[in-house]
Amino acid sequence: MSYILSLNPEYLLKALPGGIAQGLIWGIMALGVYVTFRLLDFADLTVDGSFATGGAVTVMLVIAGVPVPVALLIAIIAGMAAGIVTGLLHTALGIPPILSGILTQIALYSVNLHIMGMAANQALSVQKYDLIISLMHVQKSILVGCLFTVAIIIILYWYFGTELGSSIRATGCNPAMSKANGININFTKVLALALSNGIVALAGGLVAQYQGFADINMGRGAIVIGLAAVIIGEVFGDALLRKHMNFALRLAFVVLGGVIYYIVVVVVLWLKLNSNDLKLFTAIIVAIFLAVPYLQGKRKSSFARTAKMSEALVNSLNNKEVK
Amino acid sequence: MLKIIDVHKTFNPGTINEKIALNGVNLHLQEGDFCTIIGGNGAGKSTTLNAIAGVWPVDQGAILLDNKNITGLSEHKRAAYLGRVFQDPMTGTAAAMEIQENLALAARRGKRRTLSWYISKQEKENFKELLKILDLGLENRMTAKVGLLSGGQRQALTLLMATLQHPKLLLLDEHTAALDPKTAEKVLRVTDQIIAENHLTALMVTHNMKDAITHGNRLIMMHEGRVILDIKGEEKTKLTVADLMHQFELVSGKEFTNDKAILA
Repeated sequence: MSYILSLNPEYLLKALPGGIAQGLIWGIMALGVYVTFRLLDFADLTVDGSFATGGAVTVMLVIAGVPVPVALLIAIIAGMAAGIVTGLLHTALGIPPILSGILTQIALYSVNLHIMGMAANQALSVQKYDLIISLMHVQKSILVGCLFTVAIIIILYWYFGTELGSSIRATGCNPAMSKANGININFTKVLALALSNGIVALAGGLVAQYQGFADINMGRGAIVIGLAAVIIGEVFGDALLRKHMNFALRLAFVVLGGVIYYIVVVVVLWLKLNSNDLKLFTAIIVAIFLAVPYLQGKRKSSFARTAKMSEALVNSLNNKEVK
Repeated sequence: MLKIIDVHKTFNPGTINEKIALNGVNLHLQEGDFCTIIGGNGAGKSTTLNAIAGVWPVDQGAILLDNKNITGLSEHKRAAYLGRVFQDPMTGTAAAMEIQENLALAARRGKRRTLSWYISKQEKENFKELLKILDLGLENRMTAKVGLLSGGQRQALTLLMATLQHPKLLLLDEHTAALDPKTAEKVLRVTDQIIAENHLTALMVTHNMKDAITHGNRLIMMHEGRVILDIKGEEKTKLTVADLMHQFELVSGKEFTNDKAILA
């Protein structure tokens, strides 16, 4: 009882906007994950590394006096380079997708340390630098997060509607058919990985500004949060819109998935659960949302159901015979 | 047109699974030839088509298309000259993409894929007209995902996609084998129609002797990785299933033991 009384609703209300701002930025990262995970059908674990790369590059450049937009642009390029490395490990050297991503990710740990001057973290004070997003200005952060989200969704919507973007979708959907139609699937895979990790690094640069520092471990578990956002967004999107779902809305729901995820995190913290258990909760949330579509399908057609149904049929036939 | 010169291919060389799939295949197709390929399991029919398509490099020999040596070209580069329909209806189309998207994808076979918008209004009209040829009502379902279509519909669509960009050579790899007899017949009829209307050169692998006889102007039989029989023109029009089986026994010294081919 005293536990419940100790929960202050006002605190929750205060914490929510921050959760939304963070959710938006992580939702942008989830858009990058969506490109590889859903469109290319490639579970890319590079993101844990490239996310931190984006943060490290942004922070170090801003400290060095580079304007924020330029720093973010270079962070995107760094992320794309990481994606290209993963792509080449897979296409040129024949290493399986997941392993290629893990290799780049582990290599990036050292690279990121080098970028940050061999320090595990680097502070970036909003008082000292002209940052575009910061937890000191949550409302502005939400606005900036929304602007970035809209811009990226527009770009992705356009890009995946072009001939080149469509060839990436085809590669993810059916590689054999893509080759038969003249698509160089090695090229499209590298291209998609570059695009995805560019977006992820951008999100890393935004998160580093928001929290006021870059950390060597800031990307740990990023792929899981990205997947959580993608899947939560899809479950909600499909439930709410059903047949009216289109590509742009799907992307919007992915970002919304990120926001929902962070709202859940805020609530979990508000319930005074140990923040060290956050990763455990993340895993549980992702597992639940991954299971929902599967279990829904199973509810509609399962052997347990058909067992009952057939049993009833057999029984009724037996009864007739007895008569 | 197509020249296959002494092509060899061995799978898993040096292992217990070693399999000589092509053992000196020679074949010359004339412009406009519609050639059917028959033979037992493991005769090298599909392997020949895969060799032409460049699914893997051949061990020996050369493949020329219009006097251009394509033996060293990768699969996606050769795709510029080839239209392909596969045995598995799932292989030829992208299930998660719309019918019109699949067609647009095929319309860019052999062209540079740029950042221009994917499907123009004009294209949509063209696709609509083309889909009418199939007579499956697909012209009214252009934005439906291909995954919703039946196997026969998907094969018909793949056929349309394969011939959208006039291919130098159309490769049909048992493209009706997975369909029910009625659908298979319909797809074959459309195949004949498209080949005739576009004056295409085509190679069609089939297990069905009757189909092999009634379709096309030329028939080759393969056995143990070689072409053992080549019948064309006048001679082919008089051919019967019994003739074919007799010929097979004469050339191979074995009985033709493929129920599927005989009964069909």
